Amino acid sequence: MSLLSASALSVSRGGVPVLDGVSFTLGAGRALVLRGPNGAGKTTLLRTVAGLQPPTAGAVDGTDRVAYAGHADGLKAMLSVSENLTFWAAVFATRGIDAALDAFELRELADRPAGTLSAGQKRRLGLARLLVTGRPVWVLDEPTVSLDTASVALFAEAVRRHLGQGGAALVATHIDLGLPETDTLDVTPFRAAPRAAVQDEAFL
Amino acid sequence: MSLWEYANPVRFIRFTDRVLPPLAVLAVVCLVVGLIWGFFFTPDDYRQGSTVKIIYLHVPATLMAINAWLMMLVASIIWIVRRHHVSALAARAAAPVGATMTVIALATGAIWGQPMWGTWWAWDPRLTSFLILFLFYLGYMALWEAIENDDTAADLTSILCLVGSVFALLSRYAVNFWNQGLHQGASLSLDKEENVADVFYFPLLVCIAGFVLLFVALVFLRTQTEIRARRTRALIARERAA
Amino acid sequence: MIALLLRDLRLAVRAGGGFGLGLAFFLIVVVLVPLGVGPETALLSRIAPGILWIGALLACLLSLDRIFALDREDGTLDLLATAPLPMEGIAAVKALAHWITTGLPLVLAAPVLGVLLNLPAGGFAWLFLSLLLGTPALSVIGTFGAALTVGLKRGGLLLSLLVLPLYVPTLIFGAEVARRGAEGLAVEAPLLLLAGVSLGALALLPFASAAVLRVTLR
Repeated sequence: MSLLSASALSVSRGGVPVLDGVSFTLGAGRALVLRGPNGAGKTTLLRTVAGLQPPTAGAVDGTDRVAYAGHADGLKAMLSVSENLTFWAAVFATRGIDAALDAFELRELADRPAGTLSAGQKRRLGLARLLVTGRPVWVLDEPTVSLDTASVALFAEAVRRHLGQGGAALVATHIDLGLPETDTLDVTPFRAAPRAAVQDEAFL
Repeated sequence: MSLWEYANPVRFIRFTDRVLPPLAVLAVVCLVVGLIWGFFFTPDDYRQGSTVKIIYLHVPATLMAINAWLMMLVASIIWIVRRHHVSALAARAAAPVGATMTVIALATGAIWGQPMWGTWWAWDPRLTSFLILFLFYLGYMALWEAIENDDTAADLTSILCLVGSVFALLSRYAVNFWNQGLHQGASLSLDKEENVADVFYFPLLVCIAGFVLLFVALVFLRTQTEIRARRTRALIARERAA
Repeated sequence: MIALLLRDLRLAVRAGGGFGLGLAFFLIVVVLVPLGVGPETALLSRIAPGILWIGALLACLLSLDRIFALDREDGTLDLLATAPLPMEGIAAVKALAHWITTGLPLVLAAPVLGVLLNLPAGGFAWLFLSLLLGTPALSVIGTFGAALTVGLKRGGLLLSLLVLPLYVPTLIFGAEVARRGAEGLAVEAPLLLLAGVSLGALALLPFASAAVLRVTLR
C-alpha cells in the first residue's frame, strides 16, 4: 500500500525550476533517503511533498498524511518542552506526549523553557513533535543537524520504531542512519535543465 | 479571435505599438481643443466669474482618479481569475497615473476653493474621500515595490486592491456621514436636471474625452514599459542560468 | 484552534510585551495630547472621544507586525500550514488572540483615560461600547495587513501605510458614536453602522488573510 507517492513531479524555487520528473512511491514500513549536493533541490522537493508549495507539474498523493520537519523547529522559547509538545498534539488532535518525551529522552527537560535548551536538545524536541502528530509519513529535512552521536542513535531508533508500526519516512540526509528497508533516491539526475523561471516564461 | 489574445505580452506590445501614436495625437488634440475652447471661448459664470473655468481640469481629473482605480480593480480580478500577466502589469501601470489624477483633482480643487469658499482646504466629504483614495493608491504602489517575486507581488496587490475597493467605498459613505460638506453637487449626472449649462458642457465633454484618451495612452505606454522590464529581467536570468 | 488561541495568549502573558506595551503607548498618547493642545478643560472634553479613539487605534497598530512575524521566523507558520487546520481558521484565531491581548485591554483602559481628558459623564458608556464594537474590526483588518507584509524584511512602515486607510470607516463610525454619546445626541445610526463594519470585516477578512498567507508561504 502506498502512503505517499509523487508522479512526474517538477518543483521550482522562487519560480526557477530545480527538479523535473521526480517519481517515487513510499509504502508502509519503508524509508526513502534523498541524496544530492547542496542546492540540488532536496528542500524544495520536501516542501512540495508536504504541500507547502504547489508543484509546477506532476502530482503528489498523500500530502495530508505528512508530518513535516524542516530546518526550523517551530518551537516557542517561552513555552516549556511539554507545553510545546502538548500544543502540537492539540493542533493535530492527538493525545499524550509521553511516548514522544521518552523516545527522545526529554523527560528530565519537560519543564524547562524551550529557549534554555541547547541546539541539539531543541532539535530533539523538534523531532519529538513528529511523534505527537500521529501522522504516518515523516518528511524530514536534514534531521540530524546539531545532534550528537547518541542523539542520532535515538533518532534512528525512533524512525525504526515508526517504520515498524507501519509508518514511512522520506529523509534528506548526508549520514547513514542504519535503517532497514531503505531506498535511496539521488536527485542529481532529475536536475532541471537551466531555463526561465515559471513567471518569466510568458515574457520570452 | 478573442479579447484574451491580447493577454499575450508580445501581442499586446505589437497591438499597442500600432494604436499608441494615433491615440496620443487624439488625446493631445482633444485636450488642446477642449481647454482652449473652455478657457477662452466660454462666458464667465454669473456667480463664480472666471474661476469656474478650472472645471475643465478639475472634473476630468476627478473622473479619471476614480476610473483608474476601477480599471485596476477589473485588472486585478482578471489576474486572479485568469492569471494573465499583462493584466497584472496594467494594474501596476495604472496606479501612478491614477494617483497623479487624484493629486490634480485635489490641487485644482484647492485652487478653486480658495476664491470660492475662502479656504484652500476644508474637511469636506468629497475632498476627504479623495485624500483617502490617494492613500489607497500610495499603499498599493508601495506594496508592489516592496515584494521581490513578481508573481507574489501581483497576487498580493490584487487581493489588496479587492479589499481596498470595499473599504474605499465604505470610507466614501462614512465620510459623507461624518460631515455634510461645502462641495457643490455633481457637475454631471445622467438623472438630474440641473447639470451645468450647455455652453460649459460641450467643451467639458471634449476635455473629458481628452483625459480618458490620455489615461489609456499612458497606461498602454507604462504597461509596455513594465512588460519590457520584465522581459529584460527574464532574459538576464536565462543568460545567467545557462 | 483553541489550542492555538491558548498558546498565543500564554505567549503574550509570558513575553510581557503583549498587554503592557499597547496600554503604555495609549497612556502616553493621552498624556501628550493635553501637553500639545493646552490644558483648557472645555477643549479637552470636546476632543476627548476622538483622541481616545485615535490613541486606541495607534496602540493597536503598534503590535500588528508581531502577529505572524514571530511564527514565520521560527518555522511555526510552515508547520501550522501542514497541520489539519484551515488557513482561514488560523487567520481568525490570530486576530482573536491579538484582540484579546491588545484590543480588550485598550477597551477597558479607555474609560479610565477618559477621566484624564475630562470626558463628559454621559460619554463613558458610549466610548466603552464603541471601542468594544470597533476594536475587533481593527484586529482583523490589522491581521490582513500583517499577512500582506509577513514575507518582507522591513514591513513595519509599509504595514502602517496599508492598514491605516483601511481603518478609516471604523474610526469614523466609532469616534462618531463616542462623540455623539459625549454630547448627549442620538447614537443609533453610527452605532449600527459601526457594528455593520465590524461584522462585515470579521466575516470576510479572514478569507482574504488566508489567501494572502497561502501566497506568502509558497
